[in-house]
Amino acid sequence: MTDPSTAATGAAVTSTAGEFVTGAEHIETKAGKPRSLASDAWYDLRRRPLFIVSAALILLVLLMAAWPSLFTSVDPTYADLGRSRDAPSAEAWFGYDNQGADIFARVIYGARASIIVGVVSTILTVLIGGALGLLAGFYGGWIDGLMSRIADVFFGLPFVLGAIIILSSFRAAGSTSATEIMFLVILSISVLSWPVCMRIMRSAAITAKQQDYVKAARALGASSTRIILRHMLPNALAPVMVYATIALGAFIGIEATLSFLGIGLRAPVVSWGVMIADSRDVIRVAPHTLLFPAAFLTATVLAFVMLGDAVREALDPKMR
Amino acid sequence: MRKPRWIAASAMSLALALTLTACGGDSENSGGGNGSTGSGGGSTADPDGALSAFGTEPENPLVPGNTNETGGSKVVRALFTGLTTYDPVTGESKNAMAQEIKTTDSKVYTIKIQAGWKFHDGTDVKAKNFVDAWNYTAYSPNGQQNGSFFEQVQGYKDVHTEDPDGTAGPQKAPQPTTDKMSGLKVVDDTTFEVTLASPFAVFPLKLGYNPFFPLPDSFFSDPKAFEAKPIGNGPFKFVSRKPNTEIKLTRNDDYKGADKAKFKDLTFKIYESNEAAYASVVSGDLDFLDTVPPTGIAGGKYKQDLEGRNGSTPYMGNQTVTFPLYDPTYQNPDLRKAISLAIDRKSIVDKIFDGTRIPADGWVNPAVPGYAKDQCGELCVYNPEKAKEYLAKSGFKGAIKFSTNADGGHKDWMTATCNSIKNALGIECTYEPIPTFAETRQQINGRKMTAIFRSGWIADYPSIENFLNQIYRTGASSNDGEYTNPKLDELLTKADAAPSVDEANKLYQEAERLLRDDMPVIPLWNQTAQYGWSERLDNARLSSLRELDLTTVTVKKK
Amino acid sequence: MGRYVLRRLLQLVPVFIGTTFLIYWLVWSLPGDRFAGKCGERPCEPAYIAKMTEKFNLDDPLIVQYGKYMLNLLQGDFGITSKEVSVGELIANAYPNTLRLAVVALLIEAVIGLAAGILTGLRGRGFLDNLVLVSTLFLISLPVFVTGFVLQIVLGFELHWIKTTVSASPAPWGHLIAPGFVLGSLSMAYVTRLTRTSIAENKRADFVRTAVAKGLPQRRVVGVHLLRNSAIPVVTFLGTDLGALMGGAIVTEGIFDIKGIGNLVYDGILGKDGAAVTGVVTLLVIVYLISNLLVDLLYAVLDPRIRYD
Repeated sequence: MTDPSTAATGAAVTSTAGEFVTGAEHIETKAGKPRSLASDAWYDLRRRPLFIVSAALILLVLLMAAWPSLFTSVDPTYADLGRSRDAPSAEAWFGYDNQGADIFARVIYGARASIIVGVVSTILTVLIGGALGLLAGFYGGWIDGLMSRIADVFFGLPFVLGAIIILSSFRAAGSTSATEIMFLVILSISVLSWPVCMRIMRSAAITAKQQDYVKAARALGASSTRIILRHMLPNALAPVMVYATIALGAFIGIEATLSFLGIGLRAPVVSWGVMIADSRDVIRVAPHTLLFPAAFLTATVLAFVMLGDAVREALDPKMR
Repeated sequence: MRKPRWIAASAMSLALALTLTACGGDSENSGGGNGSTGSGGGSTADPDGALSAFGTEPENPLVPGNTNETGGSKVVRALFTGLTTYDPVTGESKNAMAQEIKTTDSKVYTIKIQAGWKFHDGTDVKAKNFVDAWNYTAYSPNGQQNGSFFEQVQGYKDVHTEDPDGTAGPQKAPQPTTDKMSGLKVVDDTTFEVTLASPFAVFPLKLGYNPFFPLPDSFFSDPKAFEAKPIGNGPFKFVSRKPNTEIKLTRNDDYKGADKAKFKDLTFKIYESNEAAYASVVSGDLDFLDTVPPTGIAGGKYKQDLEGRNGSTPYMGNQTVTFPLYDPTYQNPDLRKAISLAIDRKSIVDKIFDGTRIPADGWVNPAVPGYAKDQCGELCVYNPEKAKEYLAKSGFKGAIKFSTNADGGHKDWMTATCNSIKNALGIECTYEPIPTFAETRQQINGRKMTAIFRSGWIADYPSIENFLNQIYRTGASSNDGEYTNPKLDELLTKADAAPSVDEANKLYQEAERLLRDDMPVIPLWNQTAQYGWSERLDNARLSSLRELDLTTVTVKKK
Repeated sequence: MGRYVLRRLLQLVPVFIGTTFLIYWLVWSLPGDRFAGKCGERPCEPAYIAKMTEKFNLDDPLIVQYGKYMLNLLQGDFGITSKEVSVGELIANAYPNTLRLAVVALLIEAVIGLAAGILTGLRGRGFLDNLVLVSTLFLISLPVFVTGFVLQIVLGFELHWIKTTVSASPAPWGHLIAPGFVLGSLSMAYVTRLTRTSIAENKRADFVRTAVAKGLPQRRVVGVHLLRNSAIPVVTFLGTDLGALMGGAIVTEGIFDIKGIGNLVYDGILGKDGAAVTGVVTLLVIVYLISNLLVDLLYAVLDPRIRYD
């Protein structure tokens, strides 16, 4: 999922979400079940080892992002060339990087930037894509056509290329502050990813629109806003949630890729991507400088992808 | 792909490239030069061999007057031979096509060229070809980027007009009144005369550079055809070019020069990055790489990967950092000295450059004539206690910043330097890169720098003078930190007018010592170049222009 | 069917114009000096800048520049780069390399992915299923550049099994196996999972049950009814993936120095070369859109329930 070719990701997610949407129809017909879909899913989730493992991992990473000092007392920015590239030892579990900074401390502190980028871009993507998808699905006609074409424009743009161009274009000359760069990275990820989310939302909304209860609500004279918010949104939300969980992991990976290419985050921000990029020149003499940040990155992405998987399976009765 | 290719490739421009390799006592030229392999182009060399050298995509069509970056220069310099050439080892200028260059007053030069030389299309190289080429390059509507090389020639102002409000302004440069410089005069087929606007003694030193190469008549009748298939007078002929892939040349067997190649086919393989080229040399797909990338330098990997086929050679360049003295933060010389004392040059060189740089002990490169030892003294030796004393004396509180272009691979040593200062002085130090070289230059030229910035200098010609006059004299062209010291200016003026080189050098050295009191620029280390070659080559070495020396290299018989 | 194709093709026009303009505008607004590095380590001469500015219409407003570019493009002229090399020629040199890389990647992901997917899908839960599940998850989570570097260093530098770089052009097929694997590894994981889910689902479908009830031989049930129907989502994915692989190859091409369009575009962005970047991205978008269309048409062939009119 960290491959920049989100188009691929998109296709996969869209098709799985599609399966789910048909699944949703089945649920509605199973009337008289005591539990709601959500609590049903929750009940199911708690029993899945995949969910438990991934949720634990994610909690741990979130904890690292929120309170890194719980895990290490070492200053991640302190570097002493005297211990440059030293291998892992009792003092420094993960060894030291090229500048002689403690890799363990940096990995812990690096979680924050990576998580922020992942979470905020996901929220932005879901908000933009979800809103547009809902509108396109509900109104149809020329609005749908227009939005779908705009989505096509962004969708057809290869991800890394688009990100490189956007990031280079908007990076103001002179020194840019850390928050600005982070904002730009988030923005470019969201701008290039929303079409996927829009398509999922749109197809879910179209399916929901044809449901009897929506038709009934309309016949009773409910306003468009009410129909969208009260009836369609809750039913279209589930596939988007699944997408969002998986995308969050993907975005963390994308941040690393962009940093690696030298256009994403950079020092003094500590992130896993920045660490991996820094290790590039010394990989062969000091593989541990790559190994640990890459392992944390992979584990985090893995956790989110697994969570997405588990949630999807829980929500889809056919998979039980 | 992390760093833009042009930066990886154009670590220096051709105009600043005279280097000395002779002093390399500390380099491990194990298999290099004419040393241990001992074959010397003899029995094992294949006179019809083919070799490939690292290249980057030329930024412009292969016209000498329009080529100044390394990617294109390498090719142009193989295709053309100028009046003079630079010794591959000492960098001294010596006659190539010129029979003799005579002057009595350093103002009027009579240049006689050797007869019998031919362009690759069979036409004779005449004096006229030089004069026409020079006029073409200097004529501003032709937009040749090396036009200013002719600024000393009489009549240059008439053919080269300036845009009155800069390139960004709405006005256009006025049309020049003529397209011929009055200072150039063809005497006969093999003689021409160059008159300068005012005496300039080092003018002949410049004649080996690209813009001074001759151009065949066919160039002027059809430049497009020339760009598609350049025609030179040099040791190699153009064969073909595939954009972004390769440029093929072959030996010019009718070549009249002394520096004939000992192999036949030369291919410049175009690479996206030094890293990729390095991998290719290691696997044997590429025969010569002139710049080993940081991946190879780290931990001395290149010495294992290319065992017995690598070289390292110092050149006349140094790395320095300059204080923007127009910024109030850095006014106190004690602060500047504290910072210099807080930089652990040895550790940085050892850890970041794997010991390939030479820690500086002064502002002048050791390879240039006139260099004196230990001009910076204890101020250039890491000493945290002393550094703290100076810092206390300066009373400085606050944070300092370092900055340079992000696209030149300077991040690691800049960060390490900053960390060293931070640890020794206990003040905050951050490294803030500026995305591109161009933007960095804009800020420096506009005097808008608020951070200590990378400077560094590569000698135009071998002399201590070149490291001082242009950098530290008040208002000098490369005095980017706005340093000014009347005493230093006076000494430099005295030195310029000294009767002998020795006396001049003594005065220059005295001037250099003054820098110790003010520390406007902190010397860091002196530069070296690392290169490597494949198992198929013998006698590979880096020339003074930091290119493969095409005259000595041989290809092994299969 | 004909009208459907026509409508889809007409839809391509606004998308095409939108994408090219977007790219052109973005490249045009790239900050920095487009002459940086063209003159070695010194500033370019004003005369040179003036001439190049005129040559590339840099003084025109954006929309005029774009118009001129599109007019040339419609006549099949991709223009020249700032290095004065024909973009058409560059693309002609680079395209086959990227196409080859993408095809190798696609083959690898299709063969391995389908095999693993069918195997686990038919067998159902068990050790093999879990193994495949874990390894696909791992592949999905591993950033492509990490995979690329690790393979290059371990297999190339240390073990000498593969070429560390594929600098030749056209790239030899054999040298593209490792880069193709790197590029295709992510999609391979998707293909596996997609195939597995699809088969697992269709195994319980009515038409399979009917086929079994009719007494058809097992091989026919699996081969014709189960696999053909399960192939639909997989084929969709593979189809759209070819375009995505070509566009996503920039990292892989960079690591292995493959002279493809990814490298070409990356260079173009650095050099602020609107012509090169727009030309290549336009081609990529066209490939992407057309492969999407073809996939939709393929649906109709594979799934008798779908009809376009």
